[in-house]
Amino acid sequence: MMLVKLKIFRFDPGKDEKPYYQNFEVEADPMDRLLDCLNRIRWEQDPTLSFRMSCGHGICGSDGMRINGICGLACQKLVRGFQEEVLIEPLPVFKVVKDLIVDLDPFFEKYFSIKPYLLTKTPPPDQERKQSPEDHKIFEEAIRCILCACCTASCPINQNKETEQYVGPAALVRAFRYLFDSRDEASEERMALLDQKDGAWGCQTLWKCTEVCPKEISVTKQIGQIKKKIYEAKHGEKV
Amino acid sequence: MNIQVDILIIGAGLAGLRAAVECVDQATVAVVSKVFPTRSHSGTAQGGITASLGNEEEDRWEWHLFDTVKGSDYLGDQDAIEIMVKDAPRAIYELEHMGVPFSRTPEGRIAQRNFGGHTRDYGKHPVKRACHAADHTGRVVLDTLYDQCLRHRVKFYSEHYLLSLVMERGRYAGAVLYDLATGELRLIQAKVILLATGGCGQIYKTTSNGFASTGDGLSLAYRSGIPLEDMEFVQFHPTGLYPMGILVSEAARGEGGLLRNRLGERFMERYAPAVKDLAARDIVSRAILTEIRQKRGIGGKAYVHLDLTHLEKEKIEEKLWEIASFVRIYLGIDPVYDPIPVKPTCHYVMGGIPTDVNGRVLLDEKGSIAQGLFAAGECACVSVHGANRLGCNSLLDLVVFGRRCGLAMKQAISKYGHSTISNDSLRIVEQKIEDFFNSKGRERIVDIRQRMQSLMMEVGSVFRNEEGLRTGIEEIRSLKERYKNIAVTDKKKTFNFELMEAMELDHQLTLSEVILFSALHRRESRGAHYREDFPQRADRYYLKHSLVSQTSKGPEIRYKPVKITRFQPEARVY
Repeated sequence: MMLVKLKIFRFDPGKDEKPYYQNFEVEADPMDRLLDCLNRIRWEQDPTLSFRMSCGHGICGSDGMRINGICGLACQKLVRGFQEEVLIEPLPVFKVVKDLIVDLDPFFEKYFSIKPYLLTKTPPPDQERKQSPEDHKIFEEAIRCILCACCTASCPINQNKETEQYVGPAALVRAFRYLFDSRDEASEERMALLDQKDGAWGCQTLWKCTEVCPKEISVTKQIGQIKKKIYEAKHGEKV
Repeated sequence: MNIQVDILIIGAGLAGLRAAVECVDQATVAVVSKVFPTRSHSGTAQGGITASLGNEEEDRWEWHLFDTVKGSDYLGDQDAIEIMVKDAPRAIYELEHMGVPFSRTPEGRIAQRNFGGHTRDYGKHPVKRACHAADHTGRVVLDTLYDQCLRHRVKFYSEHYLLSLVMERGRYAGAVLYDLATGELRLIQAKVILLATGGCGQIYKTTSNGFASTGDGLSLAYRSGIPLEDMEFVQFHPTGLYPMGILVSEAARGEGGLLRNRLGERFMERYAPAVKDLAARDIVSRAILTEIRQKRGIGGKAYVHLDLTHLEKEKIEEKLWEIASFVRIYLGIDPVYDPIPVKPTCHYVMGGIPTDVNGRVLLDEKGSIAQGLFAAGECACVSVHGANRLGCNSLLDLVVFGRRCGLAMKQAISKYGHSTISNDSLRIVEQKIEDFFNSKGRERIVDIRQRMQSLMMEVGSVFRNEEGLRTGIEEIRSLKERYKNIAVTDKKKTFNFELMEAMELDHQLTLSEVILFSALHRRESRGAHYREDFPQRADRYYLKHSLVSQTSKGPEIRYKPVKITRFQPEARVY
């Protein structure tokens, strides 16, 4: 067992004038998750500590937060990786609702704005639409996205008030997933949506999204692929 | 705040979302979920969804039917299973047309893989039947259905917790919900209600289930007068990551992974000579625990090895990416080079709210219909899984019966108007919350919950016996007494998870008692229910479904017959 020291961001807008930090200490097995520590605090020390969780193993995307300054999932971090005090804060970019819980409505509005569903004109065949394994492979990595919002929260463009309208990396990963799906028949419509200052061009290739992605998606590269496709479509030449 | 809709769907996993997609064009639909929809537990399904497409090798729905019946240890209702397996290809193509990114064969068709208990030619050889998207199938289907719901403007109430089902003159007419973000109560009135609230794995200490899987819908249905069917059948998935219990999909064995004991033996050869590591889950879980009991666990500990080291690195990275990442993150080892420590983990409850094949909830053994109430998914018991569910049949169950519920609900609403609901139901719930806040009790939620979770592992998991079940029921009852004195110390309204967990624990204790009570009364071994004191299946006495109802004197058991159409019970050998 080891003693884990946590310094946690606290803020209840209904009660607190401003946010503050609170220190906790928890006994934990080195193989415990940071999420286990947060739960132990809530169950045994302070039931008012609020954070989201669901699956506990990096599939649902509920427990994105800033851990020692880097956005990640509390369920994916083992405490043995932390020798010093761990600083835990809510995801930046979004409004804090309470403690580590942020308002993700704007995140999902942007997500929805890119039309995250297959668009087709041809009626479907009786069986499956065919797709070669090679065509599937193009977007295979993108379907690992769990919408945890760590990438968008880490993006300096989204963090900057002047450019916060940028649709953000998570929405663009999903846009990539459909734009490069050989079954989709709405390339032009999708590119028109993405060919905007706050669309794909909002990305300034700063790589923060890629660095933090808990599912190891090469986010920046995929956004680059979108830009390339738009450019080529408009200029009729390969880059 | 009161809201009126035609159809109220509680739960935003695959069953709830599939139903919503089906009926949103002809009705006002509200979908309520205690977590944000894409955080629902369906998303953690890894390995696939079954259908006899025959994309990889010859397959027939008749074989799928036989396998499911045999997998269920002949307790599944064969008429319902036949509907499911016949509808499976259509359901898969439909998902594909919606955009689900299935993995592909070289010919561009949906790729399929082996899964436990799925065979060719009535049990002769394993067959590739599980359609998949690598090892995140549940998640991509969940995302696709959620996106379809957004596209069709389904109204969601996320982070709303179900507090009670409201009845008006014998009909289910609405539900009271607790808005977690604000602490406000909402009464949603509806012509019909679908319970799609998932399972209750969180009553066990070791589980693959998420924190939200606390069985709220099961328990509320039970308390409202619905019996619960076949609750003794709780599936332990053979390969939970040791020690946490995180799911390692059967896809690992479907792609060629092997189980080994301390001696390096492929011990499944002894337990299931024909299909070995690809036997049904109940068989494999018992085999693993038998190896551990006979001191062939690894290093004398309570786990065995799942060995993927003979597979190509590329195959692991491509087909089993999620699993490999779990092993790397949570154990710090690499499955390409190191065998994975695994032990059985509570995974799925076969039993649930009894329904007919259109999702209508049944009130008794005679099949009387509960007016206005439907159920689908893990919380429901159609019963297509009987005493043991086969891998990848759950996602199929969700989309097939989710859709059928949607169709049936659309029909039903034309016949009914809205009932007038009094505000009594709101006042009762308000009072309950007040009581929690005013309680002077000193019992901590966490203490009672952890004791329950350990107890259920001890007496109600893979191996059971009369003495354990009797003492278990006694202890659950004493935990229920202690529960009356729990303290809720957080009195605030915004995201008061302590209050929610207090209510969840109430449901969990109720269901623990129902599970142990059902298990005590089934004096035979069948599927996932194994009695050390009655190790044989006893068709003469127990080829029947249990139905446990709540009465003033405690749970009461009744039975109803199994529907057998094509396959008479035989010895179950793999």
